[in-house]
Amino acid sequence: MNVRLLPAAALGRAEFERTYGPLPAVTEELLEEVELSGLTGRGGAGFPTARKLRGVRSKRGAVVVANGTEGEPASAKDRALIERNPHLVIDGAIIAARLVHARRIVVAVGRSGEAADAVERAVAERRDAGSVSVATLPDRFVAGEESALVHWLNGGEAKPTATPPRPFERGVGGRPTLVQNVETLANLALIARYGPDWFRAEGTTDEPGTVLATVSGAVRKPGVVEVPLGLPVADVVARCGGARGPVQAYLVGGYFGSWVRPSADLLLSRASLGEAGGSLGARTVVALGERPCGVVETSRVVTYMAEQSAAQCGPCLFGLRALADCLQSVARCADGAAGSYARLAQLERQIARRGACAHPDGVLGLVASATRVFRDELARHLAGACSALDHRPVLPTPGAEGGWR
Amino acid sequence: MSRERLAVDPIRCDAYGHCAELLPELVSLDEWGYPMIHDGNVPAGLRREARRAVAACPRLALRLERRQR
Amino acid sequence: MTSAFSSSATWYLMRASGVVALVLLTAVLVLGIATNRRWRPGRAPRVVTARLHRTISLLAVAFLGVHILTAVIDPYAVVGAAAVVVPFLAGKSAFAVGLGALSLDVVAALVVSSLLRARVPAALWRGIHWLAYLAWPLALAHSFATGTDASSLWLELTGAVCIAAVAGSTIWRVTAERGAKRLEPRPVTA
Repeated sequence: MNVRLLPAAALGRAEFERTYGPLPAVTEELLEEVELSGLTGRGGAGFPTARKLRGVRSKRGAVVVANGTEGEPASAKDRALIERNPHLVIDGAIIAARLVHARRIVVAVGRSGEAADAVERAVAERRDAGSVSVATLPDRFVAGEESALVHWLNGGEAKPTATPPRPFERGVGGRPTLVQNVETLANLALIARYGPDWFRAEGTTDEPGTVLATVSGAVRKPGVVEVPLGLPVADVVARCGGARGPVQAYLVGGYFGSWVRPSADLLLSRASLGEAGGSLGARTVVALGERPCGVVETSRVVTYMAEQSAAQCGPCLFGLRALADCLQSVARCADGAAGSYARLAQLERQIARRGACAHPDGVLGLVASATRVFRDELARHLAGACSALDHRPVLPTPGAEGGWR
Repeated sequence: MSRERLAVDPIRCDAYGHCAELLPELVSLDEWGYPMIHDGNVPAGLRREARRAVAACPRLALRLERRQR
Repeated sequence: MTSAFSSSATWYLMRASGVVALVLLTAVLVLGIATNRRWRPGRAPRVVTARLHRTISLLAVAFLGVHILTAVIDPYAVVGAAAVVVPFLAGKSAFAVGLGALSLDVVAALVVSSLLRARVPAALWRGIHWLAYLAWPLALAHSFATGTDASSLWLELTGAVCIAAVAGSTIWRVTAERGAKRLEPRPVTA
């Protein structure tokens, strides 16, 4: 497969133009072509892009926000894309802006890392990026959520807001705002050049195209790879040097995702992962080897997610804290572990669908999958023993630094 | 035919608990004092009580929405 | 020229209703704080506190109405209708009456914004409601400044009780644990 989105090394302007050619003219037919291509959002929600473009298009004076904030610690694909192929992302943003009649483009990235510099350098190399500005958001899990992002751009904290109105109706500066993941915009730039049939040449009929996946954990060469949708997960892992040993479970879809058992039938697609009780999300794949403990890892992630709550909604703030406390008790094989475990169902009832955003529900999904996949290990913990041979943490849980502004 | 649905804005809500006191048939409190709306659909007989509860919320977090059937 | 009897009756009614209005305003402020602090009278529902706050505020408005009406019609008070709402317009003791007029303006804003609460932007309602902490001291200052009989023991006692109530409630409001969600989350150790 030819490289589409992710080159091996960073592309400057000249190299970019040699590889991809100039920015194509944006015609009325392009929206049709995007629809035909079947492109869906690559940020995790998977909403059909053509429909989203149409939703913002019918108004005037719109704003395009390229979302590269990537608050998910296990994901590095947006950063990789921005650092190696910033011009493709900017092309996509400019094309989207022309399609929705937007006069302003904001590229939103996280504060840590090189992404902001990469975008600014790329903007400086061009003459058509006059309306592009770069915004660096606090490194918080929920900061990249659509309404949180818009709220921050409007001068508020990077915390989700109550909807309505949704950003596509009234967003940045009160204008209709298109918030699109940077990978989605990069794909838009490719479809504009090569057409929907080319796009559909990879992937499956229902889920066409290639995606960027972040593979980490017990693999030999962790990193970001570009793969067609529908590829077996085992093949995705093979492209990262293969697993370093037997894998007891994969965490797919990030901290909002689910644990799934390895299987030759498991494909990197919404359909296949859905059947396995998981979700595709932002396509993070963390391989858990046999030596660490899945229960302990889940407990650590839930603790992190509780700390990352925007603390605006009682059921999320207090519910996730209580959930984290219970799981820690189970992870430590404490005396009260059985009681804590019994509390989980009661907590789930009081947390589900009671927040303003999907944060608490995402965590519940993760915990539900852990109780399924690590059933035996859980039983061992409740009996007072943990079978971990390696106590080093696997899943990253960066500390929360700085505020929400 | 449109129905009215009871809903709470979880960001505005600050666990005053007045809604659960005024409308125990439809609202109860979780262990942290935040409202859990049992169903949402407001039966005709409770419509007046529901409106009172909405007016009584100190944060105006409770609302009655029109839902198309 | 009205008879001496009736004019002194309006005079006393004006004074009395003024004192009652001040006491009621004090009660409203205390109940407002009590509502915020989730206080409940015994085992009664907490909404009772909020309802009392609202009811007594309307009662206070009623007594304020009597106080203002009698002040305007009483020949000795010399307060024109305009001076009631425009501060510092009255001839005699303009400053003292002006304080009352200012207080009334704020109370009017409080009451109107609360009656129309569902239609007022939330931030505006909050901003106006915080002005209650301005309305009350203005009313108190007005009471003492206009008092020819402020030296009466009963009135001094009443004033002292009102001050104590507001001071105590304000401390209660300020020192109690801040709203649950505004606390920084407790760090949950891994």
